[in-house]
Parts: sequence; C-alpha cells; structure tokens
Amino acid sequence: MNIFADALNWILDPANYAGPGAIPVRALEHLGFTFLTLLLASAIAIPFGFAIGHSGRGRGLAVATSGGLRAIPTLGLLTLVALWIGIGLGAPYVALTVLAIPPILAGAYTGFEAIDRGAIDAARAVGMSEVQILTQVEIPLGLPLLIGGLRSAALQVVATATLAAYVADFGLGRYLFSGLKTRDYAQMLGGSILVILLALALEAVFATLQRIVVPRGVASTRLPVDRARSARPRPGMEPAITKGNP
Amino acid sequence: MIEFRSVSKQFPDGTLAVDDFSLTIPSHRTTVLVGSSGSGKTTLLRMINRMVDPTAGTIEIDGVDIASLEPVKLRRSIGYVMQNSGLLPHRKVVDNVATVPLLRGVPRKKARADALALLDTVGLDRTLADRYPSQLSGGQQQRVGVARGLAVNPNILLMDEPFGAVDPIVRAELQQELIRLQTELGKTVVFVTHDVDEAFLLGDQVVILQQGGRIAQIGTPTDILAHPANDFVASFIGAERGKRALHLERHDGRDVLVDSDGRLAGVLVGDAPGQGVGFR
Repeated sequence: MNIFADALNWILDPANYAGPGAIPVRALEHLGFTFLTLLLASAIAIPFGFAIGHSGRGRGLAVATSGGLRAIPTLGLLTLVALWIGIGLGAPYVALTVLAIPPILAGAYTGFEAIDRGAIDAARAVGMSEVQILTQVEIPLGLPLLIGGLRSAALQVVATATLAAYVADFGLGRYLFSGLKTRDYAQMLGGSILVILLALALEAVFATLQRIVVPRGVASTRLPVDRARSARPRPGMEPAITKGNP
Repeated sequence: MIEFRSVSKQFPDGTLAVDDFSLTIPSHRTTVLVGSSGSGKTTLLRMINRMVDPTAGTIEIDGVDIASLEPVKLRRSIGYVMQNSGLLPHRKVVDNVATVPLLRGVPRKKARADALALLDTVGLDRTLADRYPSQLSGGQQQRVGVARGLAVNPNILLMDEPFGAVDPIVRAELQQELIRLQTELGKTVVFVTHDVDEAFLLGDQVVILQQGGRIAQIGTPTDILAHPANDFVASFIGAERGKRALHLERHDGRDVLVDSDGRLAGVLVGDAPGQGVGFR
C-alpha cells in the first residue's frame, strides 16, 4: 500500500525482534553510544565551560572554537577519522564527540554568565573561597542552562549517531544503510521512525531533568507568586507582609 | 581601628581611583564615606576586606597590615552588606544568614538557631526564615543582608550603599533600624553612600570625598555643616541653599526659621535640652 504502512509493519514484525540485529539490540546500542558520546564530550567541554564562566576569560576563543567545530561536516570528519584509525566505533565516537562539544560548552559557560554578578560578588565578599563559589553558587545556579546544552547535544547526537553504521555494524543507522543498499525502503523508513522515537524520548527525559534542576528559590522568581497561591496555598506563603516590616 | 596609610589604587586600565589616601577610622563608631561617583568611595571600602588590593600604601586593622592576612579568612571576619542585598537566590533566608558561620565550621543546628535570632535582631519575622530571597520585598531582603553581615559577630561592618535601591520610606525605616542596632552593638561601621543626608544622619565621622579619593573634609556632621572646609564641601552638602540654609524671620513676636526657598522650616523654641539649637 503505502510506504508508511510498510514501515509500521516492519517495525511491528516479530521477526525483527529476534536474533542478531534485532530492533531492541540496535536501539540499545544506539542509546548506549549516545550516552557514551555525551559523557566524552561533557568530560572535555564542562571543565572548560566552567573555567570560562568562572573566570570570565576565554569566551571569545570558546565562541570561535565552537563555531569552527560546528562547521565541520560530521560525515566528512567521520570518514577522515575512519581512514586514519580504521573501521570500527572509534571514528564515530570522535566525530560525534566533536559534534556534541559546542552546545555543552556553551551551556556550561552561559549558565555561569547568566548568574547575577551581585550574588557572586557578595559570596566572595563574605568569604567564600573560589572553589566554594564554584560548587555552592555557580554550579547550582548554572545547572539549568548546562542541562539545556546537554539536551541539545543529545538531540544532535542521537540523530547523527545513525552515521556510526557507516563504518560499523552498529545502531539503528544500520537499518538505514542496509535498507538503502537493498532498496528496502520500509526498513529504511522504519529505522528512521525508531530514531525519531528515541530522540523524542530523550527530549522528554532532558526536558524533565532541566525543570528539576532549577533551584527552588530561582523557580519562584520565574513563576512569581502563582506557585504559592494557586497550586497549594500554605499558611505563611501569602504575599510578604508581616508585622513591622517594609 | 582601621588605618589607611598613603593608599593608592590604579586599575589595570590606568584609572587612578584612589590617590595617596590616608585616614583613621575609629572603632565602635560609624564612619561614612560620602562622595559622588568616581570619588573612589566603594574602592576604599572594598580595600578593607581585600576585595580590592591597593597598588601602593598599607591598610592596618588594629595594627595588623591586612596585606599579610589571607583574603578569604579576613573576609569571613568582617561583615559586608551591599546594595541589592546580594543574597544567594537558591538558598532560603535562614541559610543565607548562616552562610558564613557554616563556612567557618559552626555546627548546622547552632548556625540555624543563631540565624533565627539574628532575624529578630534586624526586625524580621521568623516566619520568613524558610522563604527564598525572591519572595521578599526589597526592604526585607536588605534586612536579611544586614543579618548576614552580622552573622559572624564581626567587629567591623562594611556597608556599600546598602539602602540605595529601596524606596525613600523603607530607606528611612532601615536607617533608623541601623541607628538602633548600632546603639546596641557598637560595631566599627564603615558606610558608603552618595547621599549627604544619609551620611549626616548615620555618621559619627563623615568623610567627604572628591575625585580620586581626595578628602575634602573630615568631621562630625555638625563640624562640617558649621564650618565647611571649602566651596566644594559647601556646595556638596548644600549649605548655601534649600533646607539647610535657614534664616530667622520675626513673625507676630516669634522667631520662625525659613529656608532659602522661603519655605517654613520650624519655629525657634530656644535651647533644646543639652544640645543647643540643633538640626536634629
């Protein structure tokens, strides 16, 4: 009938859920690959981002480098690295880590930059050490934007991770490449749909996470009063009027 | 006692914020540094807790050169209150107040109990303890800032235009509150403002600053009003005009005081108890 129905049939076909190359296996591979890539990219980008955000130095360099990294075509880099280090998962890890670094780096330093300078200055003036400012002020307050950066990196990596199958028998991308080769368009589209579902699931996870990590005092700024008033009015949470106070 | 000895500060961009500044700040008194922007008053204040290090000269606290002290440790021993409170938005009021004691290793329970007692001291209701700063009014936030400044029971309290961002009514309240606190606590307060009225109201010693931290005049408010050192001071404090320039007029057999705009300021009732004719 039409290709979408074929693709759905392919996804639901029990034959695709057994043996090597079964859908759950490939999906897990894909997911694991995405997480490991994010981990690698975070290990590189977060320390740099925090250093830039904390010191206020090197932002120009970071923007330029990120821009450069973003401009690299991932498929080109993947091919290049694969030619260099050989067929296998090494090349995709490198190429996709490069892809994931810019959003995480930007999330890390913009998170710090968005914090009220007065709060940081006061923290220093009352006697917090630089490490304490980092761990007790900057990281908790900058976390939402960092998670935002991770979120957009995750989205890019989970979609682009299909390219891993270009140089290895790996992940959901395998269905795309083999479907293309054998003109099995139902398999190809089915594979794409699975990638999309995975991406949406990750989005949901990160969106939730992003909301959870907003510190409570900050959340109440963003949702003024109504949180206290409408949802669950509690005694003592009424507008701030108390005896003898301005 | 805080002593500035020939202190200068040149910023990396070449600006000379403070040039050869010397001043003795007596203990247990309020010293107000007042001047317009560019007078270096905030820079001078921030030198006391080493938020800014001088490029020349020395600063001593009770005879100890602060350059020999570790900045973080020094800052934890000095109270600091700034404009816009500078509270940590992700911490509850009580935790903000307890910040420094906790850093100094005071057990959590005691730090919290002390913080609650400090809320009483600064006139805040204890029910506010578990609020976040964003849920308080500007005046309340500023009181929390003062409580935080007092949390380690410091000898010295630095206040950088602490009431600059609140409305005039709240400001007047906070000023009276500070006067009350200071009568009780007797800290060495160094207060920075650009508001002459505030300086005269709060200061035991008032230091009027010109550009580059040059001292135009030091004295009690009465000294300065009675004998402005020069034209700059006279015009800065507004001695020749408005509500400070009063003259006597005879009206139906009574002396009334009228300001330079012709507005009635009051009546002359003779000597105030023990003070003579004062402005306050």
